[in-house]
Amino acid sequence: MSAVLPPLRQAARRRPARLDAGRIGLYAFLLLAAAFFALPLYVMLVTSLKSMDEIRAGQLFALPAAPTLAAWRAAWAEACTGLHCQGVQAGFWNSVAITVPSTVLPVLLGALNGYALSFWKPRGAGLLFGLLMLGAFIPVQVMVYPLVKGVAALGLFSSLPGIVLVHTLFSMPVLTLLFRNHYAGFPVELFKAARIDGGGFWRIFLQLILPMSTPMLTVAAILQITGVWNDYILGLVFAGPDNLPMTVQLNNLINTTTGERLYNLNMAATILTALVPLAVYFLSGRWFVRGIAAGAVKG
Amino acid sequence: MSLPPLPHLRRLMPWAALLPMAAAVLLGYLGSALWTLRMSLSSSRTFPQDDFVGLAQYERLFGNARWLLSLHNLAVYGVLFIAACMVIGFLLAVAIDQRVRAEDLLRTVFLYPYAMSFVATGLVWQWMLNPSDGLQQSMRQLGWASFSFDWITDPDRVIYTVVIASVWQGSGLVMALVLAGLRGIDDELWKAARIDGIPTWRVYLSIVLPMLGPTVATVFVLLATGVVKVFDAVVAMTQGGPGTASDVPAKFIMDHLFGRANLALASAGAIVLLLTVLALVAPLLYLRSRRAGQGHAG
Repeated sequence: MSAVLPPLRQAARRRPARLDAGRIGLYAFLLLAAAFFALPLYVMLVTSLKSMDEIRAGQLFALPAAPTLAAWRAAWAEACTGLHCQGVQAGFWNSVAITVPSTVLPVLLGALNGYALSFWKPRGAGLLFGLLMLGAFIPVQVMVYPLVKGVAALGLFSSLPGIVLVHTLFSMPVLTLLFRNHYAGFPVELFKAARIDGGGFWRIFLQLILPMSTPMLTVAAILQITGVWNDYILGLVFAGPDNLPMTVQLNNLINTTTGERLYNLNMAATILTALVPLAVYFLSGRWFVRGIAAGAVKG
Repeated sequence: MSLPPLPHLRRLMPWAALLPMAAAVLLGYLGSALWTLRMSLSSSRTFPQDDFVGLAQYERLFGNARWLLSLHNLAVYGVLFIAACMVIGFLLAVAIDQRVRAEDLLRTVFLYPYAMSFVATGLVWQWMLNPSDGLQQSMRQLGWASFSFDWITDPDRVIYTVVIASVWQGSGLVMALVLAGLRGIDDELWKAARIDGIPTWRVYLSIVLPMLGPTVATVFVLLATGVVKVFDAVVAMTQGGPGTASDVPAKFIMDHLFGRANLALASAGAIVLLLTVLALVAPLLYLRSRRAGQGHAG
């Protein structure tokens, strides 16, 4: 990277775009970087469309000579993950079943927490919130064994409600912070007027605050969908064999195959697994960035 | 203006609504951290034991070659990952900030890896870096017979491959956050700097970078806590191998919790990990709360 520095420095002057040496250096740097970032996705795509013969004989970067979707079909419906051979589709539907409640419930809970903290300020809640923020930094490994015991004591270990509960717990700090900060920007007069009009705790939340929170609800949902879908460790420990999410099944598929590695199939399975968060990212654009930025201001 | 008095029951409602949060904090976070601390002082193997062995598990932990290797790997990984992400992310943000064409497209390309799971990322890189099928083989077939890139099978270098994959995934995030910070800087600053004839790179280095202090701190906390938690990437890319050459503390703990049934030793490792995070994060949180206390919240 350092070789690119000098032209970049020269180009870094804020003036109307002119094509000089510095400008060319700048674009060269950006194109090189873009190539580096795009390369793995490109390799995944072309490999998934090749036959195994072509992969064995050919080039990592070459376009497929005879593109075929056979590997995609096999990855979706036939490949063996552990004992089952139904492809990654089972994992896909498991991930959907985990992600939907693990998004709706934590986001609404985060909004409720933020609302109670920002507007009602019950005594002692500030301390509770501080502790929750500290909790955001506790590594999963510190909590995983006692949580297994706790979830088992509730009779929820290796079940869908169990994994949803665990996701709710781990996402609570960020989501609560997100909504608390969002509501801190709301005018207090609005809330006071609603109180004078006789609104109670829940009525003000459901009829006034929540409908006004659509942008933050969207940001939080994007953050949560991506996070839950991409989770590996919690799904591995808490979901149980019947609910294993797609990431865990993908890792099983690729890292436990015996015999020749079916790279085209593996790449197709990997793309399929990454598809949902990538689609969320490409479709939501700046909302996604807003979500990261908002989630990043932890502490 | 006084608010109407609430009936007794309704006054308790905000508290009732915060019960899930209280349960999460007390049982989920505090409770499980304390339980793990207690376990780290016991001799538990497969099942929790109530005995008390002092710091014996910590002594054993730091006499364990695999744990020391995993700590070493974490340090190497952490320093390289954070430094590379910061430098590359900052350069990308500055480059994009020069009113370039196709800005949206470039930003999309730089950030998309962050939307992917570490498992998917790890698997792709595992394959690309695999000497018999990936980059090395491909280069040799192109005619560069002596080309060699087999770090992923080299116990001394395997951790660098995890760094490469993680930097690929994480530097877009730094780019996005720094770019947001750059866009928040007043144009007047640039006008003044141009009038004074200060070279642009100096403005970036001496004026803009210090102004982005809070952004840099946020990015650092985000990357550092990610480093301590690194697990998925290693599992998907190397499974800790070759041998245990790319082991990291998070994987060591998970293996000893579930595979090797050494609850107490794993708990000691987890507490060490927790202390590391707190040591990294506490100074920044302290600075922030002091800033907020002085009325410069932000």
